[in-house]
Amino acid sequence: MSADRDPSWHAGVPPPRRHSRLADRLFSGWSAVIGFGLILLLLALLLELTAGGWRTFSRFGFGFLIGRNWNPVRGRESFGALPFVFGTLVTSALAVLLAVPVAVGLALLLNEVRGAIRNPLASFVDLLAAIPSVVYGLWGLFVLKPMFDRHLEPFLTSTIGKVPIVGALFQGNPNGPDLFTAGVILAIMIVPIVTAVSREVIAVVPRDLREAALAVGATRYETIRMAVLPYARSGIVGATMLGLGRALGETIAVSMVVGNRPQVGTSLFQAGATIPSWIASSFREATSVGLHRSALLALAVVLVGVALLLAFLSRLFVSRTERLVAGQGAGGAVETEMLKVT
Amino acid sequence: MRGVEVGGLSAWFGSKQVLHHVNLVAETGKVTAIIGPSGCGKSTLIRCMNRLHEEVRGARVEGKVLFDGIDLYGPGTDPVEVRRRIGMVFQRPNPFPTMSVLDNAVAGLRLGVKLSKVELRERGERALRAAGLWDEVKDRLGEPGAKLSGGQQQRLCIARALAVEPEVLLMDEPASALDPASTLRIEELIGELKDDYTVVIVTHNMQQAARVSDFTLFMLYGEVVEFAPTQKIFTRPDDQRTEDYVTGRFG
Amino acid sequence: MIVAEGRARPWVSGARKWQDRGFTIFMWACATVAMVPLVLITLYVATRGYHALSINFFTKEPAGPLDPTAGGILQSFIGSALIVGMATMFSVPLGVFAAVYLSEYGRGWFASAMRLIAEVLLSTPSIVAGAFIWSVVVVAMGSFSAVAGALSLTVLMWPVIARATEEVLRLVPQDLREGALALGLPRWKVILRVVVPTAGAGTITSIMLAVARGLGETAPILLTALGNDFINTNPLQPTDAVPLRIYDYARTSVEPLHVFAWGGALILLAAVLVLSIAARVLSTRQQKRIA
Repeated sequence: MSADRDPSWHAGVPPPRRHSRLADRLFSGWSAVIGFGLILLLLALLLELTAGGWRTFSRFGFGFLIGRNWNPVRGRESFGALPFVFGTLVTSALAVLLAVPVAVGLALLLNEVRGAIRNPLASFVDLLAAIPSVVYGLWGLFVLKPMFDRHLEPFLTSTIGKVPIVGALFQGNPNGPDLFTAGVILAIMIVPIVTAVSREVIAVVPRDLREAALAVGATRYETIRMAVLPYARSGIVGATMLGLGRALGETIAVSMVVGNRPQVGTSLFQAGATIPSWIASSFREATSVGLHRSALLALAVVLVGVALLLAFLSRLFVSRTERLVAGQGAGGAVETEMLKVT
Repeated sequence: MRGVEVGGLSAWFGSKQVLHHVNLVAETGKVTAIIGPSGCGKSTLIRCMNRLHEEVRGARVEGKVLFDGIDLYGPGTDPVEVRRRIGMVFQRPNPFPTMSVLDNAVAGLRLGVKLSKVELRERGERALRAAGLWDEVKDRLGEPGAKLSGGQQQRLCIARALAVEPEVLLMDEPASALDPASTLRIEELIGELKDDYTVVIVTHNMQQAARVSDFTLFMLYGEVVEFAPTQKIFTRPDDQRTEDYVTGRFG
Repeated sequence: MIVAEGRARPWVSGARKWQDRGFTIFMWACATVAMVPLVLITLYVATRGYHALSINFFTKEPAGPLDPTAGGILQSFIGSALIVGMATMFSVPLGVFAAVYLSEYGRGWFASAMRLIAEVLLSTPSIVAGAFIWSVVVVAMGSFSAVAGALSLTVLMWPVIARATEEVLRLVPQDLREGALALGLPRWKVILRVVVPTAGAGTITSIMLAVARGLGETAPILLTALGNDFINTNPLQPTDAVPLRIYDYARTSVEPLHVFAWGGALILLAAVLVLSIAARVLSTRQQKRIA
């Protein structure tokens, strides 16, 4: 430390009190202003998008959400977001359905397994989160999609596709971009975040309780069911919501495999479009003339609204687990885990 | 009902050895107390007797624990089965917070066995009676276990341990988190239990050891200093360190 | 009493054992299923991207349609450096000061609100950040630009750095602060000379993680920097970036360029993984040092 190089440290010299108090004020004030900037940023973002989308909302009202027709041609303008809302919901729901069991299983394993394997395994999961989405997209487009087209999708059509009602999901032409591939890519992408948050809520279950279960002669599986899951359940729901939020907002990887064709149908094997993928693929054509640009911003408003709602709910659920456990700064731990995978 | 025999037991946390060649015989139908200053390894020792020590990350055990003619650490021994026959009560009451009082009492019974509602209730009642809790909770069996007072929670944990009908009951400082009245209640309970169970109790409270136990083991730094009938330990111990400890001249 | 009934021999039934084993298998299966994509993606990117790597790839701009493979993607590397460099310049001071406020000064509801906002911003879809800057900057300036790209990344990186750095600053022991304050040092000097240096490696870790994220983001810079076939160093002009180039080349019908997409992915993935792994190693060391 350089304190002894500071002349004010010599004996007899009174510390420059007024000066440093002013400096202190300036410093703390400045950092408060910048911290406050974060709040302003969020407000500005919400305001700007809402203002931009306003004309669309006021013209189409609720019809914007349920309209099926998207036509930016002057004179025949019509903006309905239903196909994108549909595509977003279908791909995200599929992603959550596939990812959550895997992520919870993995989180339990990371909590149970001992010895040399644990840390490398955990780091691998975090690395999965570091892969850029365009790389996921590239791999999905050139490796996963052809494989699905040739093998998995025909197989599903000929098996589950024959079951009444559910089968409708798995019928249709296996070739070409589709919602199914997008859902699988999204599932791979959200496994790390769901794992990380689940793992933290599982880790805060007190050792007391696990030992109580072990001591009455529970097996490992029974211990998890008796002592771990009842606690962690709401935290895992929170983790799922966070994953859902990620899936809803993912743009590039989805846009590369989903086809960007706005349509609503029953089959997972048809092309579709999601809100983000549609914004990314049509912003270039959107000029200030007419409503096209405003409609795209309105889509962004819908997206950010849902994402923020999910983030907020997720926090509530995770903190419910923490409250069950009663205290000890578990909250910080969960957030730190989240940071690793953002 | 059977006793437990510990032979040459050593235990580690990571590279730190916390038990050095410990020998102990917990006689059938008697109460054996383990005393010593904190950090002397007494909790580790009792946790080795139902193979709970190894559940901690980095923990390791060597040596023998004999029970009913089998070595608990032998190759064919299933720790889950060991824990069913050797029950345990912990330092802090730890009822399952999401379960009702009755469900807590029969938590262990339900594992793997399909019992009828009537039978569960009956055996729950028996366990709660044995733990001296029945009269206090018989009207609130459906309430969450966490709503009981600390002392009641601890007796609920004892009931939970008794419900699976173990042969040995290990108690790791069972009264250290309780008020004096509840402590007294637990001590009385131990007196009643020893007719039916082999009891091993860890305590940092010497008066408690003197009151409830038949044999006492004094430990220091992970080693056994003296093991003798309680009477002898507290009146004329062989080892000077034991005398210093029980007379309060030590730590 | 219980004993009167005679003790039932408890034993672990085969069914319970199998249930337990089945569950263990399930957990390991989950781990495998989660690992497979990581391994496959790395393998594919490495083997396919390898073929694209040549001197030209790193030193030339895209060639004409006659021989597309004679060119390179130099403009993307320069553009990525420009955009992410500017974004880092913007977001590091913003993030670190916000972190200092949150960990050293922030009290009460205001600080918790700020923390909540930072987390909400962390969960904001990146395309939304892009759409925001597109609407505010690009439309207003009438042109896509590197600086708009950098601003959209700043929206994403600022809260990451703020929250991650706050966590690190909190790890600095309170005694250290009190010790320095007791010497009569003003608070701001304590923070700048004691707290931040002690947390040094951790702060760098959080910056590295943010940079790794910025490098890999595609959607926000697509909406703001757009892309460019030529080298551009003017912050006010449309600018290329590696992820944009991968996105473009992946969707082109000119097949030789697909290899270039893989090549770009290889460089991008390597950069991002190296940054993330280095950050992880650094932060583990840091935690050991403080503890």
